[in-house]
Amino acid sequence: MKSKTKKIAILGVLTSVALVLSYLEAIIPPIYSAVPGIKVGLPNIVIILVLYRFGFKQAISVSLMRVFIVALLFGNAMTLAYSLSGAILSLLAMVLFRRIDKFSQVGVSIIGGVMHNLGQVLVAIVLLHSTLIGYYMLILTFTGTLAGVVVGIAGSLLIRRLEKLKM
Amino acid sequence: MENNRSSQKRKLKNDIVLAVVIVVIAMAGLLLFNFLKTPGDFVSVKIDGVEKYRYSLSENVDTVIYTGKDNKQENRIVIKDGKASVVSATCPDKICVGHREISMVNESIVCLPHKVVVEIVSADSGAKEPDLVV
Repeated sequence: MKSKTKKIAILGVLTSVALVLSYLEAIIPPIYSAVPGIKVGLPNIVIILVLYRFGFKQAISVSLMRVFIVALLFGNAMTLAYSLSGAILSLLAMVLFRRIDKFSQVGVSIIGGVMHNLGQVLVAIVLLHSTLIGYYMLILTFTGTLAGVVVGIAGSLLIRRLEKLKM
Repeated sequence: MENNRSSQKRKLKNDIVLAVVIVVIAMAGLLLFNFLKTPGDFVSVKIDGVEKYRYSLSENVDTVIYTGKDNKQENRIVIKDGKASVVSATCPDKICVGHREISMVNESIVCLPHKVVVEIVSADSGAKEPDLVV
């Protein structure tokens, strides 16, 4: 019982950390404004940590909570559609890659970053009726892979440092 | 620890393979996109989603598109050597001016503040009506 309460409390704290990281990422200026969607994906550091230290159910809850709260605080229905699709696709890919146990946290994070971009581009194609956006996706794939490496390294460092968080 | 040294090494190798595979797929896609590109024939200027002007890419054009209230919003469009570009505009962000020149089918320059879209189209596309919503 005690451990369950502790778990809920820690997950709550981690959700708010993910929220703060989302906010931080929103206020730093875009790296290259001509191609929207290029970002590091800082909240994914937390998602990776939860995925490895708690499990996929917890990772899904923290991620979805983050997406909905961000939409409520800073976004609208449109931004919710984009981030929800990105988050779900990215999570499913990361859970699968964690399960097959062939990749390190960096590999899991790379597939998460790329799938996040793919999810958002798919929504853009549906909403804007333009397949030309597919071209953006290819550019985003390069930056998404790079972002995945950065997030993956940060995540694996955090997982090692927060050994005590093992539940 | 669940992970021993050799499995760590193997995973790291897999990570690198994954990154390389993803980058190679994206590069192949970009090449394919460039391969499928065809030179356009006309420059279509849409204002608020409706085509208002159409120029041939082979002629030299230097014109100013007026939009908005009292026609105070300006986008100066220049077509030269088969390439179209927006050389000056009164919009606040100037993204359209910063856009490189366009000449291939489906390439476009968008000025969001003025709702102006400059698009390259092919000869057979005609002055298409928007697709019907089913």
